[in-house]
Amino acid sequence: MYVDNQSNKSEVVKGNNSDYIATMADVPDNAPKLCPGTRSEKAGEAEACSGCPNQSVCASAPKGPDPAIREVKERLHSVKHKVIVLSGKGGVGKSTFTAHLAHGLAADPNRQIAVLDVDICGPSMPRILGVEGEQVHQSGSGWSPVYVDDNLSVMSVGFLLSSPDEAVIWRGPKKNGLIKQFLRDVDWGEVDYLVIDTPPGTSDEHLSVVQYLSESKVDGAVVVTTPQEVSLLDVRKEISFCRKVGLPIIGVVENMSGFICPKCKNESQIFPPTTGGGEKMASDMNVPFLGRLPLDPRIGKCCDEGKSYLTTVPDSPATHAFIQIIDKIVKHCQANEQKTETETGEMDCS
Amino acid sequence: MAASRDHLSTVRHVIVVLSGKGGVGKSTVASQIALGLMHAGKKVGLLDVDLCGPSIPKMFNVEEKDIHQCPEGWLPVYIDKEQRLGVMSIGFLLSNKDDAVVWRGPKKNAMIKQFLSDVVWSNIDYLVIDTPPGTTDEHLTVIENLKSYNPDGAILVTTPQAVAVGDVRRELTFCKKTHLPIIGIIENMSGFVCPCCGEVTNVFSKGGGESLAKQFSVPFLGCIPLDPHLTQSTEEGRDFFEAFKGSVAIKALQTLIQRLILVDENLP
Ligand SMILES: Nc1ncnc2c1ncn2[C@@H]1O[C@H](COP(=O)(O)OP(=O)(O)OP(=O)(O)O)[C@@H](O)[C@H]1O
Ligand code: SF4
Ligand SMILES: [Mg+2]
Repeated sequence: MYVDNQSNKSEVVKGNNSDYIATMADVPDNAPKLCPGTRSEKAGEAEACSGCPNQSVCASAPKGPDPAIREVKERLHSVKHKVIVLSGKGGVGKSTFTAHLAHGLAADPNRQIAVLDVDICGPSMPRILGVEGEQVHQSGSGWSPVYVDDNLSVMSVGFLLSSPDEAVIWRGPKKNGLIKQFLRDVDWGEVDYLVIDTPPGTSDEHLSVVQYLSESKVDGAVVVTTPQEVSLLDVRKEISFCRKVGLPIIGVVENMSGFICPKCKNESQIFPPTTGGGEKMASDMNVPFLGRLPLDPRIGKCCDEGKSYLTTVPDSPATHAFIQIIDKIVKHCQANEQKTETETGEMDCS
Repeated sequence: MAASRDHLSTVRHVIVVLSGKGGVGKSTVASQIALGLMHAGKKVGLLDVDLCGPSIPKMFNVEEKDIHQCPEGWLPVYIDKEQRLGVMSIGFLLSNKDDAVVWRGPKKNAMIKQFLSDVVWSNIDYLVIDTPPGTTDEHLTVIENLKSYNPDGAILVTTPQAVAVGDVRRELTFCKKTHLPIIGIIENMSGFVCPCCGEVTNVFSKGGGESLAKQFSVPFLGCIPLDPHLTQSTEEGRDFFEAFKGSVAIKALQTLIQRLILVDENLP
């Protein structure tokens, strides 16, 4: 049978924007479509609830926001700045950037830096920071992170696995549970910057991080992209996501911007900016552009070996670019700090 | 849809393209396999289950196309006049391409189930499935729902450097645990040929894929070099095989495609 795709007889299938945005509410797997969310005031009593297998549990369960949000706020009280590294696209260098942002910040020995890896299915922080195979310990005050340096600590699901081949094959709710624990139970101590590395996309991990941090002040998100449109396409979605959930955007970083042949020094665009690259996208979307990082094979090599590129190859265009970008992020966070101080009249009222 | 047909039962082969790591070229490999099989005279379907970051519509330059509903179900968007290659992606369902799909697992699973049951694939030889990075809801749902159709298996894509290879090790474990056969590992972005002096630089180092395949005794399907013409084709949605006949990546892709054709011919 020949089916004419363009025939007017058939109906176009298209959704509204709102169809694609989940509410922050908790809706279990087996709940009907119109479930108000298990934490809503109407849980167990809404129209949709009649016939739902969870009805009796929901009707009697405590209502209101997840108490973990409060607990996270209390735990992260000792953390001055929180920066989330995001990208809609995979493999653009989020983790590489996160690690080097942390290394760069930790270059100042007076600062205390922490890294949280919420990429549950593909944790790469342990390897990139050179602490693969380490373990986390539990103490009375919570989980203690792994220390890369005196002033640089990290927490990742990678430390909880028994071998590097072990796969974390988890659906959303289990991932969310672990993220909650990471945010609530890790004993970071006094920290100046907490940098959070995320997996690609706009799904469970992202919603959970934003939700659990909703009462803890987040400085903002750094959005990483590569220059080509296939990547920008997803990154625009990520920016829409940030807007939707009210996460401020510190700016966009364009990674893998040009490759310099080590032999003839000719620059090639391996990932060509066919639609103007990250800078144009940033200005189109009205967010700051923080800078470009060139593609240097030594960056990948340092990540493989768990070393900091910034100290391994200190005098390179990429290191200079890193330092400038990190500087802009620090400035943004400091400006935030001043703003809060004037707003609260230098008084800590919590 | 009352007398709904079991569309998947008319599909001869199902190939899932997987990688634990993002951005290693799953969508590129999936789209090029589909295209190559089409050029080899096969009827092909390409299903994109990356709901948060769909790339397939862009890679075929069909972003503006719509999905139509007919009594049998959803009709895919055809790339060619002869309708030998049909694609389905959530990208076609969004009214604005910058819209984010912010869904937790259960909603993603429902959408994927609908893709698997409602899309009208009529008697295609191959269904290629492009997945998002990771080992989570989308992957589990696809595999669970394909089980009764005996999928041929997974092609695992990796880039050569250790971090990406580490993710593929987890993906191998994932396939074992979910009993999904492994067709083989392909190493993508294996070396960049400087267009100016011809020097080959292993931008993302080299050799990781092959040694990993050996270690786990799974077939190694070859290396696809970093080829700017391939990037350009996927950016512009052009037919790589037609537009850049002499390109370095074509040979590697052809070898891979031949291998997949053998899968079909060796069937009783
Ligand atoms: N062999 C290659 N040569 C040149 N460019 C390539 C090659 N393979 C992939 N690319 C380019 O790399 C980028 C990432 O590829 P692609 O989108 O296919 O990755 P992916 O694994 O599907 O990513 P995600 O995890 O985000 O879904 C694309 O711009 C693509 O054009
Ligand atoms: S009982 Fe109501 S609130 Fe609870 S899961 Fe079911 S529909 Fe949702
Ligand atoms: Mg993809």
